[in-house]
Amino acid sequence: MSAEKETASLSPDARADGLEMWDLRLYVAGQTPRSVAALANLKKFCDENLPGQYRIEVIDLVQNPKLAQSDQILAIPTLVRRLPEPIRKIIGDLSNSERVLVGLDLRPRS
Amino acid sequence: MATTAQQQDSGAPPGRELAKAPTGIPGLDEILDGGLPQGRPTLICGGAGCGKTLLAMEVLVRGATQLGEPGVFMSFEENAEELTQNVRSLGFDLDDLAARGQIALDYVHIERNEIEETGEYDLEGLFIRLGHAIDTIGARRVVLDTIEALFSGLSNTAILRAELRRLFRWLKARGVTALITGERGDGTLTRYGLEEYISDCVILLDHRIIDQLAIRRLRVVKYRGSVHGTNEYPFIIDESGIEVLPVTSLGLEHEVSSERISSGLPDLDGMLGGKGFFRGSSVLISGGAGTGKTSLAAYFMDAACRRGERGVYFAFEESQGQIVRNMRSIGLDLQPWMDQGLLAFHAARPTLHGLERHLVTMHKLIREHRPSVVVVDPIIDFLTVATRDDARALLLRLIDFLKVHQITLLLTSLTHGADQEQTEVDISSLIDTWLLLRQIEMSGERNRGIYVLKSRGMAHSNQIRELLLTGRGAELKDVYVGPAGALTGAARQAQEAQEAAASLARRQEMERKRRDLERGRRALDARISAMRIELEVQQEEQRLQIEQAEETELRSEADRVAMARIRQSPLEARTAAETGGHHDER
Repeated sequence: MSAEKETASLSPDARADGLEMWDLRLYVAGQTPRSVAALANLKKFCDENLPGQYRIEVIDLVQNPKLAQSDQILAIPTLVRRLPEPIRKIIGDLSNSERVLVGLDLRPRS
Repeated sequence: MATTAQQQDSGAPPGRELAKAPTGIPGLDEILDGGLPQGRPTLICGGAGCGKTLLAMEVLVRGATQLGEPGVFMSFEENAEELTQNVRSLGFDLDDLAARGQIALDYVHIERNEIEETGEYDLEGLFIRLGHAIDTIGARRVVLDTIEALFSGLSNTAILRAELRRLFRWLKARGVTALITGERGDGTLTRYGLEEYISDCVILLDHRIIDQLAIRRLRVVKYRGSVHGTNEYPFIIDESGIEVLPVTSLGLEHEVSSERISSGLPDLDGMLGGKGFFRGSSVLISGGAGTGKTSLAAYFMDAACRRGERGVYFAFEESQGQIVRNMRSIGLDLQPWMDQGLLAFHAARPTLHGLERHLVTMHKLIREHRPSVVVVDPIIDFLTVATRDDARALLLRLIDFLKVHQITLLLTSLTHGADQEQTEVDISSLIDTWLLLRQIEMSGERNRGIYVLKSRGMAHSNQIRELLLTGRGAELKDVYVGPAGALTGAARQAQEAQEAAASLARRQEMERKRRDLERGRRALDARISAMRIELEVQQEEQRLQIEQAEETELRSEADRVAMARIRQSPLEARTAAETGGHHDER
C-alpha cells in the first residue's frame, strides 16, 4: 500500500454505533511547511467534527509519483474524501475550516 | 568554441542557429525554418475547433514515430479514450503508441464543483505528475492541452499565474520541447494571457467560414531567435493529418526547359511556332461555353499519353465518364490511357471542399502519380469557392509547384460576356501561353475561332483560325478574312466556293490572254519575215543595178582607151602600155 503514514482515530465501538466511517487521504509532496500545516489542521478538524470515525492516510507524491495521475491530483496539498461516497476533493492547507466543512459536505454549500 | 557551449546553455545563443525540433508536418517545418524551438515551450492558440489539439497531437506522434522523440500528452479537456478516438481518424493509434512507450497520455480532470479551496496550495502535484510521465518514457516533447482549463477549475488566479510561470520555467529547465495550447480570447491571443509566459514561439490557428466554406489558416505570430514565414498559410486536416500548404519557396529561379511538346493538334502546333508548348509552361485555354476548351485539353492529354508520358486530369465540371464519353464523339479515346495507368482522373465539384483542400488533393495526386502534364478543367470554378485573391494565390502555388517539377499545366477557363480578355486579366501574368477560343456568330451559325493571345518565348501566329470538331477529330481551318470580316462555317465555305469560281474564271481569262498574245506574236513574226524577204528582194535589185552601172562604166573606159590608141597618141600609148590599165582622165 502506498500509505506512508496512517493516523487512525477509530474508537472500538464506532462501527458498532453504525456511524459513518470517514476515509480520508491527504496528498503532499515532501515535508513542506504547508503540508505539515495541512496535516495538523486536518487532524484538529477531524477531532472536532468527526471524533472517532475517521481515518487519515497521508501520501507523499515525491515517493509515489504515479499516484498523482491515478488519483487525479494536481494541487498540493489535496485532501480526498474516499468514504463516504461520493468522492470529494479539497485543496489547500485546510486553514479555512469553514471551507473544509463545506468541502466535506458537513455543511451545505452556500 | 568555448563560447558556443556557454551560449547554448544560456538558452539564447546570439549569432548561432537555434536548435530546432522538426514537427514532421508537411509544410510547417518550412514555415518554421526547420521546426519548433528545441527544448522550449511553444504556444498554439486559436478559436474553438481550429485544430490546436490535432496539431499538438500530430507534432507529438510524428516526433515519437519518425524522430525517435517520445512525448507526453497532458490533456485537460478530453480523456484518454476520447483523444484516442479523435485522432484515430488521422491514422494515429495512441493505444499502440502508448503500449510501445512512445506516447504517454494523461488526462487531468478538473471540475470546479468537486474542488473546494481551503487555503494556500500549489500545483506541485501537476509537476510531479508531468515529471513522472516524462521520466517513465524518456519524453523529449510535451503537450499541455489546454492548460487554461486550470483557470476555470481553480479560482485563485494569483496562485495559478505564479504556478504557470514556474511550470514554463520548469519545462525549459527539463529541456523538453513543449506545446501549450490556448483558446483565443477577446482581443488577446489566449483567454488568460498565456502569451505573457510563452514568448519563444507563438503559432496562431484560424478557422473561418467564407461563403459557407471552411478555410483554415496558420500564422507564426512570433518566433524568437529564428526567421520564419510571416504570412497566413492555409492548412487542411485530412485522413493523414495536418498539411500546411506548400510554401512558395520558389523565387522564380527554377530551371526552364526549352523542350517543346505537342498540343495534340499539328495545326495548333503550327500556330505556336510550329512546335507546340514549352515543357513545364502553363497554358490557359479560355473561352465561352461550348467553345471546345475541354476538347483541346483532351487532345493535349492524349498527345502526352501517346508519347508514353503520365498525366493527371482534374475535372471540376464534368465527371470522368462524361468526359471520356464526350471525347469519343470527336474520335478521341482516353480510356486506354487510363487502363494503362498513364492517365489519372480526379473529378470533384469545386464546392465540395474549401480551396486548400482542393490544392492539397491536387498536390497529393500529383506527388503520387508523378505526371508530366496536368490538366485543370476548369480553373475558374474555384472562384465559386474562394475570393479572387485566394483563387489567384492557389493558382500561383499550383503553377510554382508544377514549374519546379517541370510539369506542363493546361488550364481551361470559362469566360463570360463580351470582353473575354478582361475577365482573365488577373491570372494572365501567371500564364505562359494563352489560347483564346471564341464563338463567331454569323449567318445563323456559331463557329469556333481560336487564336493565340500570347505565348512567351516563341514566334506564334497572329491569325484567327477556325476550330472544327468533327467525328474524325479536331482540325484548324484558315478563316476567310475579307471586307465583310472573318467568315467561318458555311459562310466560309460559300466564300471559298465563290473564291474558287472566281479563281477559275481568272485562270480562264489569263489563258485566253496568253493565247491572244501568242497569236499576235506569231502574226508579227509572219509580217517580219515577209518584210525581210521584201528587203532581200530590194537589196538584190539594187545590187544588180550597181553592177550594171559599174559594167557600163568599165566598158566606156575601155572604149576611151581603145579610141586613144586608135588616135596614136604616143604619150597615151606608152602610159597605157606601162600601166596596162585605165587611168584617170584629166
